[in-house]
Amino acid sequence: MPFEWIVAIRYLREGRAQSLLILAGVAVGVGIIVFLSALISGLQVSLIDRTLGTQAHIVLRRPDEMPRPLLERDGPVAVTAHVERPAQRLRSILQWQQVLDSVERMPGVVALTPTVTGSAFARQGTANRAVLIRGVDPAGFLRIIDVGSKITAGRFDITGTDAVVGSELAAALGLTVGDKIRLSAPDDRSEVFTIRGIFDIGNKDANERWVFVSLRSGQTLLDLIGGVSTIEVKVADIFSAESIAQRLSARTGLEADSWMKTNTQLLVGLRSQNTSSYMIQLFVIIAVALGIASVLVVSVVQKSREIGILKAMGTPTRRIIRVFLIEGALVGLVGSVLGVALGAGLSLFFASLAKNPDGSPTFPVDLNLALFLRASIIATITGVVAAAAPAHRAARLDPVEVIRYG
Amino acid sequence: MDDPLLRLEDVTKDYGERVVTRVLHGISFTLSSGGFTALIGPSGSGKSTLLHLLGLLDRPTSGRILLRGCDTGELGQHALGRLRGRTIGFVFQFHHLLPAFTAVENVMMPILADRGRADDEMRGHAIGLLERVGLADRMHNRVTDLSGGQQQRVAVARALSMTPALVLADEPTGNLDTQSGDQVFALLRQFNREQGTAFLIVTHDPCLAARCDRIIELVDGRITSDRSGGDGQWDSASDRRDGRCGD
Repeated sequence: MPFEWIVAIRYLREGRAQSLLILAGVAVGVGIIVFLSALISGLQVSLIDRTLGTQAHIVLRRPDEMPRPLLERDGPVAVTAHVERPAQRLRSILQWQQVLDSVERMPGVVALTPTVTGSAFARQGTANRAVLIRGVDPAGFLRIIDVGSKITAGRFDITGTDAVVGSELAAALGLTVGDKIRLSAPDDRSEVFTIRGIFDIGNKDANERWVFVSLRSGQTLLDLIGGVSTIEVKVADIFSAESIAQRLSARTGLEADSWMKTNTQLLVGLRSQNTSSYMIQLFVIIAVALGIASVLVVSVVQKSREIGILKAMGTPTRRIIRVFLIEGALVGLVGSVLGVALGAGLSLFFASLAKNPDGSPTFPVDLNLALFLRASIIATITGVVAAAAPAHRAARLDPVEVIRYG
Repeated sequence: MDDPLLRLEDVTKDYGERVVTRVLHGISFTLSSGGFTALIGPSGSGKSTLLHLLGLLDRPTSGRILLRGCDTGELGQHALGRLRGRTIGFVFQFHHLLPAFTAVENVMMPILADRGRADDEMRGHAIGLLERVGLADRMHNRVTDLSGGQQQRVAVARALSMTPALVLADEPTGNLDTQSGDQVFALLRQFNREQGTAFLIVTHDPCLAARCDRIIELVDGRITSDRSGGDGQWDSASDRRDGRCGD
């Protein structure tokens, strides 16, 4: 074993109480970092999961209709003209089959499905509710939003004139599986559907308004025969949704809205949560670094005579410096291993404290190897950095002074 | 002509910045290989300062110190440290062993610090030295568990571990009872005779000085006498008790 390691390990073992205290200090610091990170990223993952439970990562639709001004915008003559914005009708995406092919080839896209979406009324007896018709291809759609697992009664079956409605709508209209319901779209297109399933996807608005029918029924009702109004896309990395959306928009000429754009507030919230978490971690790291540094400074003072003797014996200064850097690194590493265990234990304990009715934890924690490695690496580097000042103090010791007065 | 082991040429040493105190005034002498020299003088005469200069722990204010003809003033701090570690061994008044380590580890330490990595040969060498100073059965004890005399013998073994050409000993027996002191002194003599290691021993004790081959006396930072000592045949413990000590 190299000289530096032998001396560093022996010194740490020698200063038992000091070493234990500083290890405990590092462990608590790392434990807090692990616990805080696990809790915050766990909460964020569940928040994002819940948000993405009712919407596709990216939704493609035709750009709004705008009248084309006849005057050149950048022309030399300034002309004031009032351009009236027209009311938007429901229109099909042009050549959507080719668009589908081209979207599918975009890297990062894992699933996509064409849908027709439009407003209608649901009638049951004299009761009337405004609803959103969602004409989908069941197999494709379930890969985008998993309604299949959120069915509370019946099943997700929308062949022919079958429909699946949300729990709120079912309650409002007194519907159960097997009941009939009339869906009326504008221009007096209407059709009677049989309820095959009732879903609850944890979003009141969707539960109240969504009515799933087959793509063909949707097209008929909304007068889009052979057409689709939107293409819904799922991507592999949810945080790349916005950049993929921009690329899709450029490639297809369609309007592409990512979930990140439609949930800006959520993202801002998550980001500020991250910032405050990083601030707390930073101050914990500083506190740990000061702790390590102060213990090592004391250790250098206590051992100044021995350091002087080592130097008198011809020990190169860089070796002396390394002894203390290694001590710092070891304290950081060993402390962080203890801290990871502490933080993980604390997280699991916290997660087990409160449970939702379905058995999932109220405070989900996200413990993973990357977090543990990150915490350990940060603690080890902190140890080395904290040891730098004491190490240089040791290096500056004059052996003559130490031997004479030591 | 061969260069002497160590040559001092008109060495002075000042301390202090605003009030300069000259501790050593123009010291010149040489130490030859295999010599056994005592450095005596009253307290405050500059013995320790001189020892530190000889040991390359400190640099002179003026004058030159040549080690085997090489001017040590021209060496950088790092090179000086290496040269010191390989050429000069130290025995201090207070053993100055490393308390966290065992006897054999303490003896290995200079070699370890020089080469950077422990090996079996190093350990064998250290064990051999501890056997020669009569501590074969104590080598795995922590040095804090040893008696004063044993500690000083470990320190002697450590000073010799790099097989230095010169060992500087600062009051090596000053803190020991007579018997332990004699034991340590006898060891120094033994290594001097068997290995040809040169020794320079700083001492207050005229009896000890008398048993050296050469005696340099320092008073107020100047060499006042440089003479050959006794023949080293003293069997001092009994002599001293009889008060038959001295020149």
